[in-house]
Amino acid sequence: MSTQTADTLLSFEEALERFDPAMGLEVHVELNTVTKMFCGCSTEFGAEPNTQTCPTCLGLPGSLPVVNGKAVESAIRIGLALNCEIAEWCRFARKNYFYPDMPKNFQTSQYDEPIAFDGWTEVTLLDGEGAGETFRVEIERAHMEEDTGKSLHVGTSGRIHGADYSLVDYNRAGIPLIEIVTRPITGAREKAPAVARAYVAHLRDLLLGLGVSDVRMEQGSLRCDVNLSLAPRVSAGSTTDVPLGTRTETKNVNSLRSVERAARYEISRQAAILVEGGSVLQETRHWHEDTGITTSGREKSDAEDYRYFPEPDLVPVAPSRAWVEELRATLPEPPREHRARLQALWGFADLEMRDVVAAGAIPVIEATVAAGTTPQAARKWWLSDLARRANEQGVDLSDLPITPEQVARVQALVDEGALNDKLARQVIDGVVAGEGDPDAVVAARGLAIVSDEGALGDAVDRAIEANPDVAAKIRDGKVAAAGALIGVVMKDMRGQADAGRVRELIIEKLS
Amino acid sequence: MSAADLLRRSAAELADALASGETTSVELTRASLDRIADVDGAVHAFLHVDAEGALAQAAASDARRAAGAPASALDGVPIAVKDVLATEGLPTTCGSRILEGWVPPYDATVVARLRAAGLPILGKTNMDEFAMGSSTEHSAYGPTHNPWDLDRIPGGSGGGSAAAVASFEAPLALGTDTGGSIRQPGAVTGTVGVKPTYGGVSRYGLVAMANSLDQVGPVTRTVLDSALLHEVIGGHDPLDSTSIDQPLPDLVAAARLGASGDMSGVRIGVIRELGGEGYQAGVQQRFDEAVRLLVAAGAEVVEVSCPSFVHALAAYYLIMPSEASSNLARFDAMRYGLRVIPEGVENPSAEEVMRATRDAGFGDEVKRRIILGTYALSSGYYDAYYGQAQKVRTLISRDFEAAFAQADVLVSPTAPTTAFRIGEKLDDPVAMYLNDIATIPANLAGVPGLSLPAGLAPEDGLPVGFQVLAPALADERLYRVGAALESLLEKEWGGPLLDRAPALEGARR
Repeated sequence: MSTQTADTLLSFEEALERFDPAMGLEVHVELNTVTKMFCGCSTEFGAEPNTQTCPTCLGLPGSLPVVNGKAVESAIRIGLALNCEIAEWCRFARKNYFYPDMPKNFQTSQYDEPIAFDGWTEVTLLDGEGAGETFRVEIERAHMEEDTGKSLHVGTSGRIHGADYSLVDYNRAGIPLIEIVTRPITGAREKAPAVARAYVAHLRDLLLGLGVSDVRMEQGSLRCDVNLSLAPRVSAGSTTDVPLGTRTETKNVNSLRSVERAARYEISRQAAILVEGGSVLQETRHWHEDTGITTSGREKSDAEDYRYFPEPDLVPVAPSRAWVEELRATLPEPPREHRARLQALWGFADLEMRDVVAAGAIPVIEATVAAGTTPQAARKWWLSDLARRANEQGVDLSDLPITPEQVARVQALVDEGALNDKLARQVIDGVVAGEGDPDAVVAARGLAIVSDEGALGDAVDRAIEANPDVAAKIRDGKVAAAGALIGVVMKDMRGQADAGRVRELIIEKLS
Repeated sequence: MSAADLLRRSAAELADALASGETTSVELTRASLDRIADVDGAVHAFLHVDAEGALAQAAASDARRAAGAPASALDGVPIAVKDVLATEGLPTTCGSRILEGWVPPYDATVVARLRAAGLPILGKTNMDEFAMGSSTEHSAYGPTHNPWDLDRIPGGSGGGSAAAVASFEAPLALGTDTGGSIRQPGAVTGTVGVKPTYGGVSRYGLVAMANSLDQVGPVTRTVLDSALLHEVIGGHDPLDSTSIDQPLPDLVAAARLGASGDMSGVRIGVIRELGGEGYQAGVQQRFDEAVRLLVAAGAEVVEVSCPSFVHALAAYYLIMPSEASSNLARFDAMRYGLRVIPEGVENPSAEEVMRATRDAGFGDEVKRRIILGTYALSSGYYDAYYGQAQKVRTLISRDFEAAFAQADVLVSPTAPTTAFRIGEKLDDPVAMYLNDIATIPANLAGVPGLSLPAGLAPEDGLPVGFQVLAPALADERLYRVGAALESLLEKEWGGPLLDRAPALEGARR
């Protein structure tokens, strides 16, 4: 990463004073089907390289594809959830280009006949300025395709240039992908980066609700490309259409936070070029999570001619209307209705719910509640400690190394009186640090509350003896002063005591 | 029974001899292997002979017979397989340097069906590189020679399979037909070849030239043998999405019915556009005579017009190279096959290795078609070329529909000429392409076609092919009419046409 240099930037505010951003978002979703798009190989993540392959996904001469019916079903359900039309008849097409991680040197995809098209969805801005505001995002298409293999460039650069050699893992080749493409999103102005983030978060929730993908951004099962261009700002009330500017395509932006940051960066970078009288180069750019910048990748992505033509090895996909309606009936509640219903069910105040939504915590709270925790307790854990951690690490809550079931277990231990809040936080620390399940952490760290009345009584006696003034106040009936003594006892017990019981003992002894 | 006698028998006769215990599969297989050893130096039909494997399969077949459990009617009858079909454990080169030494880890479905039916596989037959050609001269491993005249081509791309059968090296062979690669070699070598209905035989394991046109089919010496082999390889395959999910018609029964020679009630359509100008006089003469024989046998003959056929060759040479250019992209030296490290390049990149490998590994005809196809699919040209060609394809299908409303089968000469001399058309690709003018329409429309020998052209004494075409899924009509004509002709000739082919024993080149 030696040659990456930050470009000249214009401040975001200044950029927005002079230009209007237009964004197009392309999201690739890996489906969670058991087998690949066109063969019977497993899609399990994390297997030994090149163990989940066969003649078809390796593109061996003579091999042929067969469409995975489950993937078509998922594609249709995604299309329906995005209010799309579902094609009555559509075909796969070959996208031809050479790359070592692509076994056939063409990708079997869809071109001018996508399975789903002309949809829309509504996203709600979550935090910052404009929170609560709703944007309608037009969906141009959602189409089916296969993933490529994964290249590993071995060498100091980690990139193809300067690599000593490269390895390819074809386990990923042929995993079913759905590519969801928006129409240009205009008019969001300074909220454009937030809209981009909210859209991807919304898609993630929607896909999770459909149960069609693991949507784990850090594992690449949901990947976002951000297309962005700037046009001169139109004065308010103007009715003339200003054509879109030259766009860049920033590839594989792999977290919600990065989607927003990458959009902001490109606005500032392109604005700086345009104010100098330069022109934006139409190109693919790479997002760098560590430095927060984009750098130039391939140039002229549109000039590349993929020579699409209908895939002759596959017959057209023609979902019957009856089947489409059957699938429509399986759709879960849309996210907005879902949120409203949960808020009522959980009894959260509007403000509380807003924070939950902003943190993307609905799925984890839902799962934690399902595991037996009260909604308020679940909210408390996920929105305090865990939200802070996720934010620090720049990951989503669901990507933290702790599961809703584990959080529920911690709360159960608190409810049983085996832990207090402070100890519970330490247990969560342990789980996140990979020390095992909550019970294992409690055992290993020796974190259980001391319920030995003798030891507790001794500690209370010591506290009374050391603080005669406070003790006298309590004897005089100033029960509120007990707090000071509780603190002393808890410190003495290194936190491993039930504060309620300590209080009872103090009052018992001093009455 | 002498080996020479065994070799000249049809597969159906051999199946009977095996069933009656008159011979064994090991004896048959050894006879074929000996014949290959004797004459293939001159013919060069084979790229790879698997004597050991074939004899082991033959021994296993004999053991099944002895146990009273033959796997099929053809169990024990040896076969040759075109080198474009994947064979597990046997090299598969497609006649190309770029696949030299590649041994597939899997069997094509048709090969798996041969194995399941107990047919010992003698080896892999020569072909134009990636099936691109009409003469087998485009094989990277040298041409195959026509057993009727070793200085002439055996047709292509499946010249190896046709020559193997015509020279009695194998009683049966598999071919593949994209624009005539089974039928035209059949015509010029005096053998029978069938291109089944598109989707009637699995393409899984057939290294594609043009996926929407390719079809595997039988290469034999008699019509009945083709029907028997067609029934072994045909039928639905879940590994091929374009495979038709319906039972095959009863092909063998149709061939046996036809052999009576009675054609009453059968309507035969002579395609006006496939004959006359551009067709060798002796080819036209033998074709006309054959039609008259059918009429004498009770057939009703009508002339039909298929006006769009004049555009078939042009459409074919857009669709086929388009698909081929994409299919052949996978040969990039990254995973299998040839890898050429470019000379004088320090630390060559993957891209440079791909370029050097494809430059060295593909022959001129393959490169020509990759260039054509890449151009035809390019943005801005797609509609004018690929798109228009697909429209022509639709028109050709409509012509067939209209013609089949008037006739049960359509007939034409299979190829406009008899076998030309090796080297004669190498520098004139279009002249070479024209040899497939009568066979290409069937591939574009997906209908089945059969070629059988119609005699020798008077002017050069070389075999002439007679083509029968039927509607999609009505392959049985090919066998009914083909078997009838075969029996009528053989009555005239006093025996099979191949009896008049030169003996090749001791032939040297």
